Amino acid sequence: MLGAGCSDEAFQRGVSLQPDCLAIDGGSTDSGPHYLGTGTSKMTRQATKHDLRQMMLARDRLGVPLLVGSCGTCGTDSGVDWMADIAREIAREEGLTARLALVYSEVTAEQLMPLLDAGKIDALDPALPLTRERLLECDHIVGLLGYEPLAAAIAEGADIILSGRTTDTAVLAAVPLMQGFPAGAAWHAAKTAECGGLCTVHTRLGGVMMTIDADGFDIEPLHAANQCTPYTVSAHLLYENSDPFRLREPGVLLDASDAEYRALDDRIVRVTRSRAEVMPYTIKLEGSGSAGYRTMIFSAIADPKLLARFDEWLGNLEAYLRAGISRVMGIAEDGYALEFRPYGKNAINPVPAAGPPHEVGLMTLVWAPTQQLATEIAKYCNPMLLHFPLNMDDPLPSFAFPFSPAEVELGCHYEFKLNHVVHVERPDQLARTRFETIGEAVHG
Amino acid sequence: MAELGAIAKYIRSKSAGPFWVTIDIFCHDADSFERIAGSPALAPRAVAELYGVSENGVRQYRLPSIHVFKISFPRTAVQGSLGDVDSHAGQYFVPLLSVEID
Repeated sequence: MLGAGCSDEAFQRGVSLQPDCLAIDGGSTDSGPHYLGTGTSKMTRQATKHDLRQMMLARDRLGVPLLVGSCGTCGTDSGVDWMADIAREIAREEGLTARLALVYSEVTAEQLMPLLDAGKIDALDPALPLTRERLLECDHIVGLLGYEPLAAAIAEGADIILSGRTTDTAVLAAVPLMQGFPAGAAWHAAKTAECGGLCTVHTRLGGVMMTIDADGFDIEPLHAANQCTPYTVSAHLLYENSDPFRLREPGVLLDASDAEYRALDDRIVRVTRSRAEVMPYTIKLEGSGSAGYRTMIFSAIADPKLLARFDEWLGNLEAYLRAGISRVMGIAEDGYALEFRPYGKNAINPVPAAGPPHEVGLMTLVWAPTQQLATEIAKYCNPMLLHFPLNMDDPLPSFAFPFSPAEVELGCHYEFKLNHVVHVERPDQLARTRFETIGEAVHG
Repeated sequence: MAELGAIAKYIRSKSAGPFWVTIDIFCHDADSFERIAGSPALAPRAVAELYGVSENGVRQYRLPSIHVFKISFPRTAVQGSLGDVDSHAGQYFVPLLSVEID
């Protein structure tokens, strides 16, 4: 991913192999709904600029297209603009000139409503009901573009294509598909290379080179000391895919059930017999919207007497706090949410441990419609999180607060609102492309 | 009988999009793969019970050529929702480690 870094040694060896294009994914939903909800990037600007500079310099030398998909993590219009700004800055600093295509894929609720009314939007499994209201709850909605709008931009002379949300695979498959190589090989190669070095033995040694031909593709690591093996290449289809054989892309289904993986030597693997089936052209939608605010208190307990009866203590504490939030603060049960996560006990693993824990970090999370209310409720909980006794007649205990103030405002809470695809008549129906030339000398 | 964690080579879990989790059980060899992939303790009903999900949401895939048994099901909490404790589903595999395999 752009911003994650590729060693210069590996990258320059890749460039020496004279590729027909350079392509990289710049985004994902993996890190949660915050980035799409806010239209911001997970990766730092500095690291993104570092990697983009490496690729722009190589592109200039090779004279081939450079494609960056899902700009700014979430692929919103703001993500594309953020990346374009970085690209312009690099062009200025390095004295590079290039034709830039910005391919936007953000859509509005209003734009989708006629499609919803016309029955053009289908729910994916697990199905979430979709209404006009739900569309309006999204702060940002993006469509995951296929390869066609990127290929069209290249055909119109773009040197650098910065796209909004695009399937990881489409970014890598665009050039081979537009050059007429078989869809099965092109999509399978792109799927294998989507996470760079993850399909190699030494996954942190950088990217891969794909060579596609009429019967299949070869894949090799960029770094001379790294290897691809039939095992690492075939196993990559497992990664972050619920189905490892059949992968849906816009307008196509990649079927790798009968694919054959053969080592050409100790570092290059050849893959054949991948198939692609033409499917109705659908574009997946991603939507994220704000849903209240959270405030957290983190406290810790190591007292063995309490930890021996921790569940009982926590049950009593919760009942005490909920009663007080209702009686003292006058907040109804559906006006807030209170959640406890006892890290060190069973916050993430429900299987009970044999004995009591050595210590527990207790995360208390309060959700409310406003940040102020969430913090007020957390402040109400604070004294009891510090002093709540195991037995009511015990002398007052105190637990470990790691900082002051104990309340940490987590800000706006975002949620993914859509798990749907939209049927489109043309692959570029949700795409908007804008061209500009960057790094052009200013004539005075 | 042995615990899955002791006989599998490597087990990992990860979100497959915000709504699904997928767990890959890498086995040492063909025999171990047959033993694990064929175990009733890992049948869809057992997995559904262990994770508190619906049995008909559990998908299983067998990859004998690389000795991998794959299990996917809808996440118990959608990624990033209020009750989600594991955004990337990176630790979802842990309850499987102590499942007893014949």
